[in-house]
Amino acid sequence: MNSVVSAPVSVALPQAEEIVRLTDVKRRFGTTPALDGVSLTVRKGEIVGIIGRSGAGKSTLIRCLNGLEQADSGEIHIEGRNITGLSEKELQPLRRRIGMIFQHFNLLSAKTVEENVALPLKIEGLSKAERLKRAAELLDLVGLSDKAKAYPSSLSGGQKQRVGIARALAARPALLLSDEATSALDPETTRSILVLLKDINRKLGLTILLITHEMEVVRSVADRVAVIDAGRIVEEGQVWSVFADPQAPITQSLLSGIRPQLPDTIAARLSPVSGAEQILSIDMAGPAAQGTLFADLSQALPQSFRLVHGGIDHIQDQPVARFFIAVPTRDAALPEQVQNFLEARGARVEVLGYDTNHA
Amino acid sequence: MTPIMLELLFRSLWETILMTGASGIISLVAGLPLGLALVATSRGGIAEKPWLNSVLGAIVNGFRSVPFIILLVALIPLTRLIVGTALGTWAAIVPLAIAATPYYARIAEVSLREVDRGLIDAVRAMGGNRWTIIREVLVPEALPGIIAGFTVTLVTLVGASAMAGAIGAGGLGDLAIRYGYQRFETTVMIAVVIVLIILVCGIQWLGDRLVARLDHK
Repeated sequence: MNSVVSAPVSVALPQAEEIVRLTDVKRRFGTTPALDGVSLTVRKGEIVGIIGRSGAGKSTLIRCLNGLEQADSGEIHIEGRNITGLSEKELQPLRRRIGMIFQHFNLLSAKTVEENVALPLKIEGLSKAERLKRAAELLDLVGLSDKAKAYPSSLSGGQKQRVGIARALAARPALLLSDEATSALDPETTRSILVLLKDINRKLGLTILLITHEMEVVRSVADRVAVIDAGRIVEEGQVWSVFADPQAPITQSLLSGIRPQLPDTIAARLSPVSGAEQILSIDMAGPAAQGTLFADLSQALPQSFRLVHGGIDHIQDQPVARFFIAVPTRDAALPEQVQNFLEARGARVEVLGYDTNHA
Repeated sequence: MTPIMLELLFRSLWETILMTGASGIISLVAGLPLGLALVATSRGGIAEKPWLNSVLGAIVNGFRSVPFIILLVALIPLTRLIVGTALGTWAAIVPLAIAATPYYARIAEVSLREVDRGLIDAVRAMGGNRWTIIREVLVPEALPGIIAGFTVTLVTLVGASAMAGAIGAGGLGDLAIRYGYQRFETTVMIAVVIVLIILVCGIQWLGDRLVARLDHK
């Protein structure tokens, strides 16, 4: 796009340098623990999403990473350096290595767009000419070159966040922290901001740690996800694998809006003991989800099932499938045969109950 | 109105402008840092020091609770020390400035307190220190309010300067009392009131225009 963009950097090699390492970080406000022993590692070039409900501690967590909030105990390493217990003055040079974007953009209303973008460089002590040159490069990167002299109040939400991103990148940080950066934006603008973040991650090799309460955000940009609940990380892994097989109840609940769910009308009349049809959920991920599973099933066991709901999603280029099927129970052996067939093909099968209504 | 009266009116206007302007500028220069200190040292401020905040708050409240006419007399020794005399226009500037500084500090404090905490966080996250926060965030973001508050202070000073006649400072208020009220010269009274209205409207108009130009919210 322009000169800001250096050679492409390969994304998130397993052995890549650690940018962030948290070890048993605790923080409490009064008697309520906001962080209750969080350990997490973020490697160079990765995009890691931290998801949780409001009040789960994710804001405190991200603010601990640049020292806006101090941890009570535990260790926080940024680029190998322990930042726990550093004074405000000692933190200041370290913060220049970390960019941050915010839910409400936090642009200075009294400064123009380019002055906002150039502010981190002013703090760094660059000359005005250098600052404006770099600001122009960054505004080009985020596609807002024509707004350099405008004031933030004249911009739309998406444009404001683009300025926020340009400003966060101005001092060439090693890490970008995103604090609910898309939560105040409409879905379409959210997508465009996420595309920009992904783009920057690929082009600049920038490590990004983002917190959000929206699974959709994690789904579309993150490589890895950590689920936080009541100040603890309850689940962590590659995004596609967590989506394919969520373990913690909180993860399942956060995913409920984005994964196929058994339709309410069927769920309402489900009986745990008996009915005309047995309802199964089928989860698959990776190569297993790409095969000709249903075609094979209907060939092996004709008339053995009815598709109720579901689909295949592609996350990080991995197919993640979730289906609901109904298996007639007039032949008592059939449900077990179907289950065995599916499990042999690498699917995770769960019996949800029996549909009492369907003939 | 006689030419002499007209000349008296103009001289009084000048005295009022001088008293208001000089004490206004002093209250701006001293009151803004005081307002900043009140905000910075408060709970959750950028230089949190509750005891200092309490002390500053008590001093400000102390000065603000003394009626101006009392302050005018009570400060005579100090005025004499600074100006060399306790009488006249210049002597009035000392008590006016001392009364206006805590008044303006409180007004500035309100504007500074309204600056979004998120903006301070953003500049802290960039690696900015306290001075950067004051220079790049607090003052510029609160500037429309700081100017609007200064306008209010100036108008209040125009009123307060009338009392300064008690120490022979002259000014429009003094003219109105001595000629208009005590000598029953209604024309002078009306003329003074009209000039005061024009003066106050002018200050307000200038202040409003400046605020409109600076406000990008």
